[in-house]
Amino acid sequence: MTMSDHTMKAFDTDLQDLSRMVAEMGGLAEKQVADSVDALAKRDTALAQRVSMADANIDALQREIEERAVLIIARRQPMAVDLREVVGALRLANDLERIGDLAKNIAKRVMALNGEFPPPKLIRGVEHMTDLVLQQMKLVLDAYGGRDISKAMAVWRGDEEIDAVCTSVFRELLTYMMEDPRNITFCIHLMFCAKNIERMGDHATNIAETVHYIIEGHPIADQRPKGDTTTIAALRTGSI
Amino acid sequence: MSVAAITVPTVTHSLSKDEELTEKISIKNLDFFYGDHRALQSVSVPLYRGKVTAFIGPSGCGKSTLLRILNRMYDLYPNQRATGHVTLDSANILSPSQDLNLLRAKVGMVFQKPTPFPMTIFENIAFGIRLYERLSKSELGDRVRHALERAALWDEVKGKLEANGLSLSGGQQQRLCIARTVAVRPEVILFDEPCSALDPISTAKIEELIDELKDDYTIAIVTHNMQQAARVSDFTAFMYLGELVEFGETTRIFTTPNDRRTQDYITGRFG
Repeated sequence: MTMSDHTMKAFDTDLQDLSRMVAEMGGLAEKQVADSVDALAKRDTALAQRVSMADANIDALQREIEERAVLIIARRQPMAVDLREVVGALRLANDLERIGDLAKNIAKRVMALNGEFPPPKLIRGVEHMTDLVLQQMKLVLDAYGGRDISKAMAVWRGDEEIDAVCTSVFRELLTYMMEDPRNITFCIHLMFCAKNIERMGDHATNIAETVHYIIEGHPIADQRPKGDTTTIAALRTGSI
Repeated sequence: MSVAAITVPTVTHSLSKDEELTEKISIKNLDFFYGDHRALQSVSVPLYRGKVTAFIGPSGCGKSTLLRILNRMYDLYPNQRATGHVTLDSANILSPSQDLNLLRAKVGMVFQKPTPFPMTIFENIAFGIRLYERLSKSELGDRVRHALERAALWDEVKGKLEANGLSLSGGQQQRLCIARTVAVRPEVILFDEPCSALDPISTAKIEELIDELKDDYTIAIVTHNMQQAARVSDFTAFMYLGELVEFGETTRIFTTPNDRRTQDYITGRFG
């Protein structure tokens, strides 16, 4: 359904402001994800430090979005699609805040790994995952900005590949640890980084579900394809 | 969407899976004319037994007109006529042979402005009962008390039943009118914007009352207050320019309406 303006213009402004703040938060989260993995690949602890500090901006935006949303509910009593917009903004802000936290966690691991770094070959898998997640995030934020259901569904279905790459990165790291116990410290850190990125992908699919809900008014009916088998990867690798 | 497409089937609409709905009042292809002006166009909507149905829509959409048909209020005025089928428990309300006194005893009405009679609180209620029944003094006293209790007014007026009904506050007067309606033991109660002249506390009391009354009565309410419709009703009908645009469970109408016009209206986007 296309939307006409509210009789009360200030209501339109309220909703537009809320939507703009979510988009801004999305942009910040994307940058944090890219920078955190960049810091990991380049062994750049200064960049990692900046990522860790910048997380506070995302948290502040989330709080502001929550305050605005509560105010809109109290003041305008939104109904139907307007209500879904407000509830959707709250949910999106929550997922984006979590993505920010996960990026911050990667940055902290880069700082913890100071001086001790894995071979570039192992980082490549994580970087590949990051590329996929950033594509998903860009697409899902576009889906939100344009209220585009087909883009949202593409993101929702596209998480499988990230899960599959994550599983293979896990296997690779496990093999590496078995070869030489001195590799264990950075491999564990890398495993957590990979898992963080995989979780960012999950948050992107959550956002896709929320965008679907905002547009359609009901949750996605299908079962989502899942490729994350990291929980059993260890067992399989152990039996090689 | 055509009106025919949203006509609700006779019994199958259900709120929860194990709850069967039956139509207390059934309205089918109803037209209404003020002289030459056609105020209602082929309206079909059910009022389910023991449920609250809210009618919403902009001024002049025909929702009050529809309510006035259900107890044949329009009969008081010349040049007003209704065609179509309106049945109360399968008895035709529109039939010329319909006993209007009996109909209005079965279908009570509460209006926008409280309209107590200029007589005592007791008499305001006893007056209506006496029209339909001959009761002993003590029986009448019991009935008045019961009606006042049902309307959540008893505790406030029990010490001053001989005071003038007009001496009560607006909210109390409205509850007195509800007590008056309940006193003659109707089966259906029609509320025509019952809270539009009341403060939020009196409004909350009336809404609480409607919630309690729906166990025993079938209720229709016309309201301009969308939040009120969302709060008190089980079903909502949205009307526009004399047509029924959409009818369905209130939870759905206020979250995911099917029709664009319904959505525009409830979200405050109407012209």
